[in-house]
Amino acid sequence: MKCSDFLQELTNYLDGVIDDRTKAELENHLSWCHNCYVVCDTTKKTIEIYRDSELYELPEDLRSRLRSAIVSKCQGHKKVGPESV
Amino acid sequence: MSTIQPKVDEPVSDELALVQAAKGGDVGAFEELVKRYDRNVFRIAQHITQNREDAEDVVQEAFLKAYRNLQQFQGQSKFYTWLVRIAVNEALMKLRRRKPERTVSLDEDIKTDEDSVPREVADWSPNPEQQYNQAELREILTKTIQGLPSSFRTVFVLRDVEGLSTEETAEALELSIPAVKSRLLRARLQLRERLSRFFQKRENGIGKPKIESGDGDL
Repeated sequence: MKCSDFLQELTNYLDGVIDDRTKAELENHLSWCHNCYVVCDTTKKTIEIYRDSELYELPEDLRSRLRSAIVSKCQGHKKVGPESV
Repeated sequence: MSTIQPKVDEPVSDELALVQAAKGGDVGAFEELVKRYDRNVFRIAQHITQNREDAEDVVQEAFLKAYRNLQQFQGQSKFYTWLVRIAVNEALMKLRRRKPERTVSLDEDIKTDEDSVPREVADWSPNPEQQYNQAELREILTKTIQGLPSSFRTVFVLRDVEGLSTEETAEALELSIPAVKSRLLRARLQLRERLSRFFQKRENGIGKPKIESGDGDL
């Protein structure tokens, strides 16, 4: 397996959606190719850092303001009946 | 090496009942759905629009549109996937308005193979995020993801930040599964490449790069 073949399968490998045979080939490649090992490991860390980052959390005050506005508009919509779409 | 464990909440069993009640005009039931997903919609909207006010508008418009069109929701997909589809479309419209000079489409096939081929293969520190304080880390992560093309950014956010499956992401973005997988791979590799600059192993923290202010190219 070449490094380019490994990269093509990287997303499936990290997501755990590959068959056992391909997985064994990828892990064999990882056992001797340091560059691919580092790319795989740091890509996994990249995903984990973003997943745990809590970027763009919705502040509670803004949250309740937005919810009130949405509910109020929905109630207004209800009074005039369903929209034809 | 272990695989990524998705942080996906299982669909709540009463969700369909809430949708049915909301279809019948029960605004209280719809409010429950808003409470369940407003944080997710806000996060997705801000990642796509990169603008706080636009993201606020998207939250309101997406939920209102969902409410008005609830009759069209047939329940073949999860309510959340259907809602995300509406929210992504609203967010992309905002982005197009704000950046009319750029083509913003999820259908465009961007040739960025060169950007995706790893060049920086230096290993990272064991706990790279701990090299920076919370504000610095937030800035690094925000600027790095903002540098991705919107079509890659959107796929990455839905799959890896929000935890939608590949199939749900494809449905929400009206893309094929191979297109989602291809964009996700490129997005992950490009983010990794750009973060390497900040997170690679250094002797005693010497040579830690500064975070550039303004629109620096990360």
